[in-house]
Amino acid sequence: MEILMSVVIGILFMVATYLILTKSLLRIVIGTGIISHAVHLLILTMAGVKTGSPPLLGEEAALYTDPLPQALILTAIVISFGVTGFFCVLAYRAYKELGTDDMDQLRGNEHE
Amino acid sequence: MAWLQLVILSPFILAIFIPFLYKYVRQIHTGWFVLILPVLLFSYLIQFLPVVSNGETVQHTVEWIPSLNINFTAYVDGLGLLFALLITGIGSLVVLYSIYYLSKEKEALNSFYVYLLMFMGAMLGVVLSDNLIVLYVFWELTSLASFLLIAYWYQREKSRYGAQKSMLITVFGGFAMFAGIILLYLMTGTYSIREIIAQVGTISTHELFLPAMLLILLGAFTKSAQFPFHIWLPDAMEAPTPVSAYLHSATMVKAGIYLVARLSPIFAGQAEWFWLVAGFGIVTLFWGSFSAVKQTDLKSILAFSTVSQLGLIMCLLGLGSAAVHFGYSKENAIYTTATLAAIFHLINHATFKGALFMVVGIVDHETGTRDIRKLGGLMSLMPITFTLAIIGTFSMAGLPPFNGFLSKELFFTGVLNASQLDIFNMQTWGMIFPVLAWAASVFTFIYSMVLVFKTFTGKYQPEKLDKKPHEAPIGMLIPPIILASLVVIFGIFPNLLSYTLIEPAMASILPSLLAPEQQFYVNIYHWHGWTTELFMTMGVIAVGTILYFTLTRWSGIYNKFPKRLALNHFYDHGLISMERVANKITRFHMTGFMRDYLVYIFAFLIVLLGGGLFTLNAFSFGQGQVAPIGVYEVILALVMVCAAVAVPFAESRLTAILLVGVVGFSVALFFVIFRAPDLALTQLIVETVSTALFLLCFYHLPKLRKEISRVPFKATNFLISLGVGVVMMLIAFSAIDNRLFVPISEYFLEASYKEAGGRNVVNVILVDFRGFDTMLEILVLGIAALAVFSMIKLRLARREDFENQ
Repeated sequence: MEILMSVVIGILFMVATYLILTKSLLRIVIGTGIISHAVHLLILTMAGVKTGSPPLLGEEAALYTDPLPQALILTAIVISFGVTGFFCVLAYRAYKELGTDDMDQLRGNEHE
Repeated sequence: MAWLQLVILSPFILAIFIPFLYKYVRQIHTGWFVLILPVLLFSYLIQFLPVVSNGETVQHTVEWIPSLNINFTAYVDGLGLLFALLITGIGSLVVLYSIYYLSKEKEALNSFYVYLLMFMGAMLGVVLSDNLIVLYVFWELTSLASFLLIAYWYQREKSRYGAQKSMLITVFGGFAMFAGIILLYLMTGTYSIREIIAQVGTISTHELFLPAMLLILLGAFTKSAQFPFHIWLPDAMEAPTPVSAYLHSATMVKAGIYLVARLSPIFAGQAEWFWLVAGFGIVTLFWGSFSAVKQTDLKSILAFSTVSQLGLIMCLLGLGSAAVHFGYSKENAIYTTATLAAIFHLINHATFKGALFMVVGIVDHETGTRDIRKLGGLMSLMPITFTLAIIGTFSMAGLPPFNGFLSKELFFTGVLNASQLDIFNMQTWGMIFPVLAWAASVFTFIYSMVLVFKTFTGKYQPEKLDKKPHEAPIGMLIPPIILASLVVIFGIFPNLLSYTLIEPAMASILPSLLAPEQQFYVNIYHWHGWTTELFMTMGVIAVGTILYFTLTRWSGIYNKFPKRLALNHFYDHGLISMERVANKITRFHMTGFMRDYLVYIFAFLIVLLGGGLFTLNAFSFGQGQVAPIGVYEVILALVMVCAAVAVPFAESRLTAILLVGVVGFSVALFFVIFRAPDLALTQLIVETVSTALFLLCFYHLPKLRKEISRVPFKATNFLISLGVGVVMMLIAFSAIDNRLFVPISEYFLEASYKEAGGRNVVNVILVDFRGFDTMLEILVLGIAALAVFSMIKLRLARREDFENQ
């Protein structure tokens, strides 16, 4: 199972990196979204995805899954959501002010 | 704090009060207040003469940084005292001279005297310190003070150029010297010169010994303007003339000489030391005197002359170091003659060169020019100045009965002895010393004559002069008169100096040669028989006179010298091309394209992480315990991968957003499968909101265009992203197999209900065990919300500003 997940994570990283290297600001925003998905899955996979009950003690199971990575990922999801939200507005503002979403034209050194 | 430390620090203390004196006592020239200090210091230091000539030394230590072995140790011996007397003595005369030279109304006297006092204190610190780090601190302070003084008239471009040049060169050397000091410390474990000398026997075979010697010599050569580092000195002539007289002839440029003399007990006796010091010295001597002849500016002539005389002293110190090989007794005193000559010439040079600079300053002050092509016939107008110039230049040229004659004779004796040596390959190369020395003396004779006769004799050309020349005020004449009298007195009674100053200084330079209670034999006399030296001097005068009268016929050879090979050309173009190359390198990698920087970062990540995995053999595969694969997971993984891979190919923004949504929701489903209900919930909500946000935001952005770029561009992007993906995949693989210890989750599962009273372990961790993370995460969300708000609001505010303008 972990092997399969590792391959999936690798592909997600690859796609995200490719998107981040492109010129369009839109694709870059999307790339960052995908890279955060990949990271979340990576944290989960590295902790091991052994089967067991969800970490709810009412289940009274013999074996629970590891609760700590879940807590970490929950924090990470919220933070990356905050950053993505800000990034979207930033892209929107940049486009409104500068009239382009092409990263090649968004070089800041025209006045040097 | 002992008196000695106070001697060193007193100029700095006085410097603090100078601006107040300048501001509140306007009617008196600030220089008069300054003058008191060097006179006091000189009379205090002269008390040490009897002590030092008995072969005793004085030492006082004040702790500075004892934990690092750095203590402020003041140490007075023959060499230190000689220099300290020169610094305070000539310092007094220069201050007196500057009172008449610099106008009270027009010049910023406060900064001038602050810099000058700072220099004086730093220079005293250099020559009276026993601790090498303290010496280095004062050494750099002299560079700094010299920089400030050269650029005293900072409105002139040439002053700034000269100051920058001297700063770059001397600080470069100073830094090398610092490295050399640290190497010495590594070998001996002490910064004290005394203690290092005591360990000479054990360190001279150490592998760091030679590097330390080279680095320290680099410092000494740059400071003392030795070839090829002499180029800063002629440009330093943009400083006011009192500064040139003080710093750039009598004191600072001798700091390198001092360093070589002071560290001679450590390095003397080594062939490298002998050849480097003597070789660079003799080349500098020749090159300086050769270049001086072509100058037309009086101060430039003196600058090159200083370069050449410094080379002479340096060469003698190098030749004198050979004496360590032969030991000392009264019969073979000839080997130490070179050292004797070096000390004697050091004193003589300070006297006559100081006087000559002051004379040139007077000529400049009274006529408004220093160009010898405009000057001439001033003899009858300025008789006193003319007399002083005659004494100075004849002494410089080495004519009897002045002191320059004596030291030049001793110099010839030194080089002739050296050519007879049978060590260090001197049998084959020894003859270059007397030959070059003789040639250099001829040129010295020529420029000395040019200096005095082109200025004071010949045709008087009043139409070329800005002012009507007349004799200088008496205050301006007193300092050069004192110096010129010293030239004459030392010339006629040289043995006044022999056992008071010269012998103690020799004992500090060559301490290993003397048995206890033994002294060097010093006797300088005018008439020493029909020796080779005397014939050499006659030859100098004869050939020099002929060449002086035929100067116009052969001075054309100076124009033949290719400009491209000039050292200044190397320096200027070196600086320019250094800047250009640095610019080019920066432009090459700092392109301004975000994509390029990301490529660097990703490439670095691939190389470092991938290479790390490879070289550390960290990669492993399939040995750990893995969970079985179910059919749902495979289907879900396929859906997610297909959606993700399709994103870059999407041609409309709606498709792209939907595809990203598919990826996000599959992640949520994975969370369900992996038994993480809270994660699944959060992911679902966040994904929904994000998708909505994307839709809202992208509605205002332009349509997603197809990436139109060249194929190689895409190929590199693809390769790099492939690399990143593979590396991350390998890391994930390795993580499965390298589980080093049991996770602490058991604790959370056990304590969750017992200690925190909650059954949902994830939530208990979030708000109870690790509540701090959650608090800051809330802060992040809050900041993001505020940032979004202000991004939108602030735009409107700026618009209004624009409209109002």
